[in-house]
Amino acid sequence: MVRIGRILSPAVFTLAVFLLFTGCAKREAEIKVGEYGSLTGSTATFGISSKNGIELFVDNLNASGGIGGKKVHVLVEDDQSRPEEAATAVNKLIAQDGVVAVLGEVASSRSLAAAPICQNAGVPMISPSSTNPKVTEIGDHIFRVCYIDPFQGMVIAKFARNTLHFSKGAVFRDNKNDYSVGLANYFTESFKGMGGTIVADESYSEGDQDFKAQLTNIKGKKPEFIFVPGYYTEVGLIARQARELGLTVPMLGGDGWVSDRLLEIAQDALNGSYFVNHYYEGDPNPIVQSFVQSYRKRYNATPDGLAALAYDAAGVLTNAMRQLSTQDANAFEALSGPPNADQKAARTRLTTLIAATKDFPGVTGRISLDEHRNAVKPAVFLGIEKRSYKFVATVEP
Amino acid sequence: MQEFFQQLANGVAWGSIYALIALGYTMVYGTLRLINFAHGDVYMVGAFAAYFLARALGVGTVTEASPLLAAVVLLGSMAICALLGILIELLAYRPVRRSSRLTALITAIGVSLFLENFGIRVFGADPKFFPQVIAPRTITLAEGVLVTNHQITVVVVSIVLMVALTLFIKRTRTGKAMRAVAFHRDAASLMGIPVDRIITITFAIGSALAAAAGFLVGLTNPKIEPLMGIMPGIKAFVAAVLGGIGSVPGAMIGGLLMGISEYLVVGYISSTYRDAIAFVILIAVLLIRPAGLLGRNVAEKV
Repeated sequence: MVRIGRILSPAVFTLAVFLLFTGCAKREAEIKVGEYGSLTGSTATFGISSKNGIELFVDNLNASGGIGGKKVHVLVEDDQSRPEEAATAVNKLIAQDGVVAVLGEVASSRSLAAAPICQNAGVPMISPSSTNPKVTEIGDHIFRVCYIDPFQGMVIAKFARNTLHFSKGAVFRDNKNDYSVGLANYFTESFKGMGGTIVADESYSEGDQDFKAQLTNIKGKKPEFIFVPGYYTEVGLIARQARELGLTVPMLGGDGWVSDRLLEIAQDALNGSYFVNHYYEGDPNPIVQSFVQSYRKRYNATPDGLAALAYDAAGVLTNAMRQLSTQDANAFEALSGPPNADQKAARTRLTTLIAATKDFPGVTGRISLDEHRNAVKPAVFLGIEKRSYKFVATVEP
Repeated sequence: MQEFFQQLANGVAWGSIYALIALGYTMVYGTLRLINFAHGDVYMVGAFAAYFLARALGVGTVTEASPLLAAVVLLGSMAICALLGILIELLAYRPVRRSSRLTALITAIGVSLFLENFGIRVFGADPKFFPQVIAPRTITLAEGVLVTNHQITVVVVSIVLMVALTLFIKRTRTGKAMRAVAFHRDAASLMGIPVDRIITITFAIGSALAAAAGFLVGLTNPKIEPLMGIMPGIKAFVAAVLGGIGSVPGAMIGGLLMGISEYLVVGYISSTYRDAIAFVILIAVLLIRPAGLLGRNVAEKV
């Protein structure tokens, strides 16, 4: 036994060292990108849609040869729909996994928790779909590929006032949610500016189960519609409980409604309501159609607006990487190298290239980033009828 | 005025659920002088048990929603949680029964954390949506005051269970033994009452009532998740203290008052204070009438 051990152990050691080095060598040919999202928790479909969108884009990219001969490797962390977990996830991605760029999040509260970490570490972060303006104000490394809430609030107010001809509205906001509070304020401001009145402004907290007390108050004020800038789980429950109280006016909402579970939760309660999305899957544009088809083929589901934005976020990021690979081969090489000063310089170059994104042909429209690192894009109105969505209008900025 | 009555009606339905959970706290405290902090999580398990039972019975897909099916789901989840209660008592509380009360209390917190994380692991962290075991209908109680048949079911089932529990405690031999154990455990044991078995029964009944509450909440507020038991657990505990911990009618009254006050606070002040009101009540009770509304003041010899 002893003898066999003596012969074997150097062999095993050599093999282990060999594997270790080949492992490293293989990994060096990859560019590591981090993604954090809510794969579980109260907004699980946000994270899953985004993950699918990014996965689809990156896998297609790698299948067609990657960028400059290097493959992009996406490391995904689940933040369980909680801001504090988002911060932990991004810390891990940057400090432990050594990613050179970060993609995420959907919810503004969670992007706001993670963005300062990316900013301090000098790692560019692209949020696919956080619409609260504060997110990109964190610093020059934080970007987004969607429109922001002042625009979203304004177009919803315009739609309510000019298209639906409503003058008395109620607002029902999620008090614990940066996105919801921000959007509610922007909407209120615009709606009042157009001569409308807000007859009731009630609030709830994410995770609440029961909304009837507030809805009873709203009903007493007799609004013509209720604006609910929340996330789909609560929106579905709110709609059901409103109908149970005999409150039958239409509801309006923002992109927090975007989820394939919305109507499963709400059942028939949202018929006659409207919300804003980032794109429409029936858009005849060939970029949209090829995206929808390949997504359907792979995931057996229709991509929602968040999947489309995540796909575009991955597109904008890898587009900047491709530009770097043609402009400066050494810097591009450093991206997949060890985390040293060269890599830091390369990340700064990458950040500058992302900031210069202009007319990128995305699924959700042409993406150009302005000086505040926000995209200026059209909003799409969808209506709900008989438990299905219908296209209403596209509003240009 | 319409709005006030609407808030009141909703508050009563919501409070009935607190009352059912509070009964479990109060029964266990009565017999063991133990605050069973895992009780709110038993309620969560009850809701999930009902959810999986309803799914297994194919509610909404294979079979039509019906009151009979709802009764099967209700009784099934009550049975599952009764077993869970027995198991918790046997594995967690019995080994530390002769230790100090603090040990038992910390054990209870441990069981609570275990159930919550077990729930996240097994059921998943994302919320589930309870299938509709009874077809929804809206009923007009008075001009402008609407309730659903689900809310009425909640109140009726709660009342039936509470009456049954009261009769059980007052009229049966086991009930009498429970009262004896609550009164003086050692003396009861000397009289030949099987104390261990009585305590097990107490846990089984308390947990079954929590499961009923879990089912009923799934019926009216169809979103269930593994951490749903924390807040209602604390609030039901406050309800039990408010009514006088150890007192069965006190728990019912406490639960109803909690539900109603929560609705009035959200309706007339702000939703921000929804959870705060429970603790305001708790502090007020402890300052003004520490024994609770129906509790007896017992001078404790130190």
